[in-house]
Amino acid sequence: MKILVCISNVPDTTTKITFTDNNTQFNTAGVQFILNPYDEIALARAIELSEGGKGTVTVINIGEISTEPTIRKALAIGADDAVRVNAKPHDAYFVAFQLAQYVKENAFDLILTGRESIDYNGSKVAGMLGEFLDIPSISIIKKLDINGDIATVEREIEGGKEVITIPFPFVAGVAEGVAEWKIPNMRGIMSARTKPLKVIEAVAVKTLSEVISYETPAPRGQVKLVPADDAAKLIELLHSEAKVI
Amino acid sequence: MSVLVYVENADGKFKKSIFEVVSYAKAIATQNNTGLIAISIGTVSTDELANLGKYGADKVLNASTDQLKTFVNQAYASIIFEAAKKEGANIIVLSNSFSGRGLAPRIGVKMEAGVADGAVSLPNQTAGSFTVKKTAFSGKAFAVVELNSENKVISLTPNSYKVIDGGANAPLETFTVETKESDFKAIVKDIIRATDKVSLPDAEIVVSAGRGLKGPENWGMVEELANLLGAATACSKPVSDAGWRPHSEHVGQTGIVVSPNLYIAIGISGAIQHLAGISSSKVIVVINKDPEAPFFKVADYGIVGDAFEVIPKLIEAVKQHKASA
Repeated sequence: MKILVCISNVPDTTTKITFTDNNTQFNTAGVQFILNPYDEIALARAIELSEGGKGTVTVINIGEISTEPTIRKALAIGADDAVRVNAKPHDAYFVAFQLAQYVKENAFDLILTGRESIDYNGSKVAGMLGEFLDIPSISIIKKLDINGDIATVEREIEGGKEVITIPFPFVAGVAEGVAEWKIPNMRGIMSARTKPLKVIEAVAVKTLSEVISYETPAPRGQVKLVPADDAAKLIELLHSEAKVI
Repeated sequence: MSVLVYVENADGKFKKSIFEVVSYAKAIATQNNTGLIAISIGTVSTDELANLGKYGADKVLNASTDQLKTFVNQAYASIIFEAAKKEGANIIVLSNSFSGRGLAPRIGVKMEAGVADGAVSLPNQTAGSFTVKKTAFSGKAFAVVELNSENKVISLTPNSYKVIDGGANAPLETFTVETKESDFKAIVKDIIRATDKVSLPDAEIVVSAGRGLKGPENWGMVEELANLLGAATACSKPVSDAGWRPHSEHVGQTGIVVSPNLYIAIGISGAIQHLAGISSSKVIVVINKDPEAPFFKVADYGIVGDAFEVIPKLIEAVKQHKASA
């Protein structure tokens, strides 16, 4: 089985998000970039499924050269090889289009993405890629098992889940629950340096959307403290002042 | 040109988040001096469908065949696309629900449309451009996205637009379209939904607890408080990582981002990753025994106290409040 895991390079979860140039640019000064946590779970599951000679795992990233440490991290975790499409990931449509081009030339049985990237949270790449390739896509899955030619996945829905069977090839966006995060071991880190990382150029795509500015949430006023032994007061405030209950 | 809104049902019923989406889509139609058509896929009663007129739908298309009883995003996206073509719709609106996230990108590609996911307010069309504000960085910020394409797809974050009703029942129209077999490769075998619980992503009130609760055996009082308030339960990442609560309850940067009217955080210190997931809550209440907990800095109301003493008192207070209301 050939598995492709699509990875993105995102600000670390502890990053304080600020902007520059009149709130039009994300301020990357001092920001540590990491492998998107959901992509990392997807990668962990892909490695589990391929272990014991059952398959290979390729990771692909759309990014400039600055993303290579993140790609090497994925190789250290256990991917067999990597591809970087040398371009700034303009929007999900651009990214999915590049991925589709690559998959059309290099067939894969299973394509995994994270459920969303933690920077733009679009949850769009899996569905767009599925549509470009005219194959099924499942947006957010919590479980992925394979039985011969058929996969069984659990899709998250509001207040529950759906159990779905799906033939290969397909695309799935992966969330927590599918696998545990894997920490690279020394051997992985050493071998990552020599595993193949191919760089290819992007193809031109129409620009359909563009981030033009950013805003940060409005600061809240001073917290109103209520004495611990007067819970009724809090309920009263939530009812008559905040009007939320 | 018109606006088409996809109305997603849960077990044949529309939830409040769908009335929000219809109200929102109606406002966009009004901005563009055009009508609003709704499309429902699956099995929904005619009363339930006609009722969408109250929220602004001028007409409701109903695609309901046996094959369409369960949600398959590939097939549903094709139907919505066909409906858009037939009605001449160039703006498609839907909920940024779990299913919406599977649909919006597929529709976007079919229509070569820019997709604004997780919108939090109406589009701004005043400067000759079309921009939409959406959540970004998992709730730490908002991004204003310009959609440059002629066709547009917008998915709305639950609890971010008010329900506007007052219209009359809408006329219904059966919508039939030839379906492709290849669109039905994914097969839903089972749907497991807890009907006695409020679902977290679109809950109006959320009661969330963290490591301060000391162990999964202590969640009974959290659930009791949530039930009394009609709230969903949630938790912090350490709690779901430890297996005390399911991952589906984990709120934060790598979990679910929520925007309820009221978020009550008990025994959660307020790490930046957790705050990201709840910052667009309208009112935040924090209960923590540590007065220095960072969560108090973003709270509207707070109680410095031990969860095990405060929660039972809150439960009593809510009971009394409900009895007197």
